[in-house]
Amino acid sequence: MSSVERNEAPTKKTSGGFSIDFKALGPFLALVGLFVLGTAINDAFLSGGNLSNIFTRAAFIGIIAVGATFVITAGGIDLSVGSMAAFISGAMIVVMNGLVETLGAGVETVLLGVVLSVILGIGAGAINGLVSTKGKIEAFIVTLGTMGIYRSLVTYMADGGTLSLDFDIRGVYRPIYYGDILGIPIPVLVFFAVAVAGYVLLNMTPFGRKCFAIGSNEQVARYSAIHVDRIKTLTYVIQGLCVSIATIIYVPRLGSASSSTGVLWELEAIAAVIIGGTMLKGGYGRIWGTVVGAIMLTTIGNILNLTDAISNYLNGAVQGLIIIVAVFLQRGDWRRKKSK
Amino acid sequence: MTDAAVHAVDPDQEGRVRLSGRQICKSFGSAQVLFDVSIDLHAGEVHALLGENGAGKSTLVKILSGYHQPTSGELILDQAPVQFADSEVGEGHGVILIHQELNLAEQLTVEENIFLGREIKRGWFLDKATMRAQAQELLDQLQCDVDPRARIRDLAVSDRQMVEIAKALSKKADILILDEPTAVLTGREVEILFDQIRRLREQGVAILYISHKLDEIKAIADRVTVLRDGRHITTETVAELEKDDMARLMVGRDIKQMFPDRVPDHSAEIVLSVRDVSVDGQVRDASFDLRRGEVLGFAGIVGAGRTALMEAIIGLRERSSGRIERNGEPVKINSLQDAKKCGIAYLTKDRKGSGLLLNMDMRPNLTLLALEKFGRVFIDRKAEETALETAIEAFDIRAADRKSKVGDFSGGNQQKLLLAKVMETDPDIVIIDEPTRGIDIGTKSEIYHFIGDLTDRGKSVILLSSEMPEMLGLSDRIAVMAGGRITGILMGDGRNEHEIMRHATGISGKQGASVHE
Repeated sequence: MSSVERNEAPTKKTSGGFSIDFKALGPFLALVGLFVLGTAINDAFLSGGNLSNIFTRAAFIGIIAVGATFVITAGGIDLSVGSMAAFISGAMIVVMNGLVETLGAGVETVLLGVVLSVILGIGAGAINGLVSTKGKIEAFIVTLGTMGIYRSLVTYMADGGTLSLDFDIRGVYRPIYYGDILGIPIPVLVFFAVAVAGYVLLNMTPFGRKCFAIGSNEQVARYSAIHVDRIKTLTYVIQGLCVSIATIIYVPRLGSASSSTGVLWELEAIAAVIIGGTMLKGGYGRIWGTVVGAIMLTTIGNILNLTDAISNYLNGAVQGLIIIVAVFLQRGDWRRKKSK
Repeated sequence: MTDAAVHAVDPDQEGRVRLSGRQICKSFGSAQVLFDVSIDLHAGEVHALLGENGAGKSTLVKILSGYHQPTSGELILDQAPVQFADSEVGEGHGVILIHQELNLAEQLTVEENIFLGREIKRGWFLDKATMRAQAQELLDQLQCDVDPRARIRDLAVSDRQMVEIAKALSKKADILILDEPTAVLTGREVEILFDQIRRLREQGVAILYISHKLDEIKAIADRVTVLRDGRHITTETVAELEKDDMARLMVGRDIKQMFPDRVPDHSAEIVLSVRDVSVDGQVRDASFDLRRGEVLGFAGIVGAGRTALMEAIIGLRERSSGRIERNGEPVKINSLQDAKKCGIAYLTKDRKGSGLLLNMDMRPNLTLLALEKFGRVFIDRKAEETALETAIEAFDIRAADRKSKVGDFSGGNQQKLLLAKVMETDPDIVIIDEPTRGIDIGTKSEIYHFIGDLTDRGKSVILLSSEMPEMLGLSDRIAVMAGGRITGILMGDGRNEHEIMRHATGISGKQGASVHE
């Protein structure tokens, strides 16, 4: 059948002839814009101290958001991360304080606290994943439930007040947050390492490919011999692990945990993921976008701190606006309408 | 199909052109898909639009109904130029398109769907009683026994199609465009649909009927326009064209051999034995053997349990009883992963819903089922690209751009890609469910020859199809199912439409597997 003229499949181009790929570059351009704005407002913005401050603060949300990128790419959602972080912080503090008497305020105690954090993070993630996949309950509902559970557990542990880390341990633990290597703060290095690992896992391994497949169409994934439940559960485990890593860095910062620890982190993490170009309905995820998203959110707060033009109390409003605008720009609908 | 009694064009109605497209051109980005196409729709006439996948049929009708705007050219409605800014404007002028993919809200009921967006109100409230009565009336007209209160998600695909048609009727369409309406309908439902189309024609409705089923066009259409590669080839009275002529005009060449030559070897070794497999409420005690290099057809009416049986064999559905043997050895298949290890692959009939990731390009789709072949720790993209190269060549996948999403592909190219995806696992047994649904005749023939090549290479194929010609043309033996049972396995001259229908309706061979030589 070679005599036929090839009739090529008509491809519906979703974008016109624009050369700038807003979907891929949008978050980066927006971040550059914010930095320009920040510099214009206050020269101190670009100072080493301020930048290191921005990146260190972005690390918490950023590390959690890397985990959230996996969950969301595979079509899930995890609302429990903020409460989970508070609960893990509380548990770490209680256990480390308890160990002071037997082990002393040394590196061993901190290491045991870190191990506990990882176990709790993985365990909590596994619970979210298993309950939603095996119990066939929407992840939104399951993690809404665990969000309440973890939050009340930390309140209970603190007896409604604040849990404070033993003063001697603080001294040992302190460098994890305040220390640096070659001038780069440790949290920033950890953030970078987590992002690189996340990027490799999501984009270069069969596991990542399966996350994309499940998020775009679970039925197709199932018919492609993918263990859908197993992969989905693993995304929640990764999320739990990321929360635990973020918590390990967070605890030495304040050395305390209370019922208000980590409040609204879940929304900031999800916002970072979405600003970064990952699709909320799943099927498409981008780790670097998430990293940029997290930095953007922190930068907005920082800029508001440096200017008197807008009250710092409006931080949330500006963030909210940026999220909506970012998603609107990524959709590209506004351009398609024009080209019509 | 009824006798092709061609509706004589009434001289009074001739010239009663309702809607015309004049020199329509359409481009998506840099790809032009329609070139100067003109078409006239007359009142009281069924006009067929014929063409292969990718010929531009769907694009043309979307322009006629306002879903797309032409790049150049114009629409003329009742002798006056019009522009349909969107489909709502088109519907306001009585031009209604029933899409190939059904557009129903799954969670809503039949009556809610029929009146969606045009709810009948009494004061501020919905007038549910009136809507239900009208919905019932429309369904009665269509001889469709669906309850107006049933939810769409609980309906069979064929019933959904009828609901879609009822919805169009309720909009008082006087120019009705049907985009491959029979793709998912059974023979009886096609007859009912045709009765409705004839009734609408009597009432003076102008109907544009898109299909690539030549039988149907012979049966229902008065005139036919053939499109090929986005160009208007001809418009003629159906009575003046033979089916072969239409096929040639559509494909642009003679199809010498629709089906591959087959020399069945009924003594080849048995590669798969299925014994007494049951699925609660769907399949009862199904037993059959599959031989090396054989195509075993499974025929039956919709709901006979064929898909359920196959899904039970490959572990996608729970078996309540039964055993499976591969090459004489009993095997445990409780998941698709197990089936894959046993060298059994399954091509779903629902290529958009369960087969392909429509938002992705070809490469991840091709390798998804056999991902471990491309690296356990890291995916070897180069190996993937090479595999894609090979698959495009081997299965003649014609994509303008390798990076375009498979959702934008024509049905034929999607089916070829799905076939390529399944063959990446190098299975010995391939179960193919409806391989050519919604695919044009040229691509169909290609796919038949691919299936022939598989068996020539010693693979075995189980073919599920509701299209009688392909069932008869490809299968060495035909198992017929009715009411969840295999009512007969037909061989040799026993493989004919008459015997299949007798077994499919339960007239013959009710119990067990009777063999007809």
